[in-house]
Amino acid sequence: MQRIGVFVCWCGSNIASTVDVERVSEALKNEQGVVFSTNYQYMCSQAGQDLIKSAVKEHRLTGIVVCSCSPRMHEATFRKAARSAGINPYMVEIANIREQCSWVHKDIITGTEKAIILGKAAIAKVNLNAPLIPGESPVTKRALVIGGGIAGIQTALDIAEAGFLVDIVEKKPTIGGKMAQLDKTFPTLDCSACILTPKMVDVAQHEKIRIFSYSEVSSVKGFVGNFDVTIKKKARFVNENICTGCGACVEKCPQKKIPNEFNLGMDNRSAIYIPFAQAVPKVATIDPNACNMLKNGKCGLCARVCTAGAIDYTQKDEYIEEKYGAIVVATGFNPISMEKFDEYAYSQSRDVITSLEFERLTNAAGPTGGKLLRPSDNKHPHTIVFVQCVGSRCSVDSEKGKEYCSKICCMYTAKHAMLVRDKYPDTEVYVFYIDVRTPGKAFDEFYRRAVEEYGVHYIKGMVGKVVPEGEKLKVQASDLIENKQLHIDADLVVLAAAIEPDKSARGLATMLTASMDTNDFFTEAHPKLRPVESPTAGVFLSGTCQGPKDIPETVSQAGAAASKVIALLNKDKLLGNPCVAHSNEEICNGCSQCERVCPYGAISYINKEFKMPDRSIKTRRIAVVNPAICQGCGACTVTCPSGAMDLKGFTSKQIMAEVDAICR
Amino acid sequence: MNKAYPTEELLRISGVNPNKCMKCGKCSATCPAYDEMEYHPHQFVSMVNSGDIEPLMNSESIFKCLSCFACVDRCPRGVEPAKLIEAVRIAVVRKQGNNHLLADDVPNMLDDEIPQQAIVSAFRKYSK
Repeated sequence: MQRIGVFVCWCGSNIASTVDVERVSEALKNEQGVVFSTNYQYMCSQAGQDLIKSAVKEHRLTGIVVCSCSPRMHEATFRKAARSAGINPYMVEIANIREQCSWVHKDIITGTEKAIILGKAAIAKVNLNAPLIPGESPVTKRALVIGGGIAGIQTALDIAEAGFLVDIVEKKPTIGGKMAQLDKTFPTLDCSACILTPKMVDVAQHEKIRIFSYSEVSSVKGFVGNFDVTIKKKARFVNENICTGCGACVEKCPQKKIPNEFNLGMDNRSAIYIPFAQAVPKVATIDPNACNMLKNGKCGLCARVCTAGAIDYTQKDEYIEEKYGAIVVATGFNPISMEKFDEYAYSQSRDVITSLEFERLTNAAGPTGGKLLRPSDNKHPHTIVFVQCVGSRCSVDSEKGKEYCSKICCMYTAKHAMLVRDKYPDTEVYVFYIDVRTPGKAFDEFYRRAVEEYGVHYIKGMVGKVVPEGEKLKVQASDLIENKQLHIDADLVVLAAAIEPDKSARGLATMLTASMDTNDFFTEAHPKLRPVESPTAGVFLSGTCQGPKDIPETVSQAGAAASKVIALLNKDKLLGNPCVAHSNEEICNGCSQCERVCPYGAISYINKEFKMPDRSIKTRRIAVVNPAICQGCGACTVTCPSGAMDLKGFTSKQIMAEVDAICR
Repeated sequence: MNKAYPTEELLRISGVNPNKCMKCGKCSATCPAYDEMEYHPHQFVSMVNSGDIEPLMNSESIFKCLSCFACVDRCPRGVEPAKLIEAVRIAVVRKQGNNHLLADDVPNMLDDEIPQQAIVSAFRKYSK
């Protein structure tokens, strides 16, 4: 028989204004097992918790019901209070009379009535509660960072600096990500490569960091502190331990007409290539779809010129298995495809480019050596039109674009416009905008400088269409302030394409059982208070995989994710969740249905010998749950046809008792 | 003078929700009849929403609209300004009684400059 204490919280006026708390605590006094019932203004405060603790001692309580806010909010608080008063924390139940009662009801009569019913249900459950003891699991002191852009680089460096081992998995042949492709960075205009490449070198030289470049995560098993990850190291046909990155092979390769991904296809690379001069690791990679030797066995020039003997045409994909305690997702973004935006003639004219292509055109290491030249005829453009929000801020049902603001475009467009005017004062630069969004330190000042000091024409309005005509691009746009339609003969049109999460993120989320929003951005455990953690324990988020971000924000988030990883890896043991499934071996008939529905692979089958009533011994196949892997979702308990599966802390009996109490 | 239709009625006829508009002006940027129109597509959305409908009903603009639906196609927010212009036009036509375009009259109106599109949309405009 339990001795239950009931504690009704006012939550200031949050609960008390729509629920008569006095009546609730009075009504619950006479429920089965209740020996004490009271109410208090803030049960979660120190004074409120002390009230619970002293009641436990005074009334020798064995169970506690707190009628308060959602268990998501304060269940942990009250469990901790129970533990310090000497009661098993799992003898505490929360009746949610705030989110599910006072906040949704308007009048005090129905609110109070419902609060009493919710309280009764919780009491009925506590009567059947049993103390639960969480299991412990060890923590593998190594972190995995998926993605080697600035987010992944910063996270890895910060974790490694704290003394833990880190592996970076990057699908491209080099780390560096999008930041390596940028020319200058707003709002201080430092050269992107100059601030990024030292960090890339730091990563390469750090004794705690390993880089798996040209690799992908192919499977993830396990749970927080104990992830088993398989990494697929794609064959690059070059032994990266021997290759010195001298580039002799790149020079000699006869196959030189492959669109260069790093320059977004605006120039060509050879079949064996090093993405850019500061690549890390600086080793060559053979593109198997372009290499003559790999396609038809006719060439082998690179192997002949390689003095180190690093070329290996027989190299195969390699699978590496490793254990990790924590995983950081830093998979980044890509600009969306412009193909559906026919009105801007992106597919028709080479002189209509995206902003990322513009970065390469102004980059000293880009296809034009940093000279701004039109892609079609290599002529100097005089009139340049920038179009903002291409594919951003579209309606929900838009087939072309995204609903969200891509956040970075206003600033990089201001940067582009300013740099063009600075370098080429003979140009006319127009920026068509819907709103200029510059919330950030020194951001609005930067944009104003573009307008006031550099004379960029900012026009409130949108471009309706771009028509290539002869050498010109006929731009038709609206000027909403002057209520005019403008016709501009432009030489170059730059589209600020919306950004979207990398396509690899969706598959990765499935592997990690990490949740995503409708746009395939990873969701955080709490949008304000836990912004760098995924709801899946042990999985952390860094950079644009979680939402559009600029570099300063990405770097701060990367540091925040690293600090969460460090806190996790610093622990020697993790307490599990004791509310897991278990199978009653007497009833289980070994039908395998639970194994099939389990999303975590926590159920396996063993053959066990049972002593029968006639003293004979019979071997039966039964289900066994691994409590460390089970997440307590309950899918097996409702599937089990014989009723052998049950969830500790949420047994069928407890749930039925709650339903009975509500219907009584 | 045409007296104003209420905003709600025009929204009902057109099925347009002008609150979806983010005032980017792409409708007017894309409009091929812009220079012919006194009030431009983005103004229709804004003026109907604020109940400033009488000037629209008395303007030639409603008959200058080609009903080419370029603004509908390109609006990033799915506002569909042309449908709203058509609703204003219908409101005017309905008040005038039988104002149909008859197929027999068409040959007299033709000149070489008129695009095919305009003839097709003329039926759409006048035959409601």
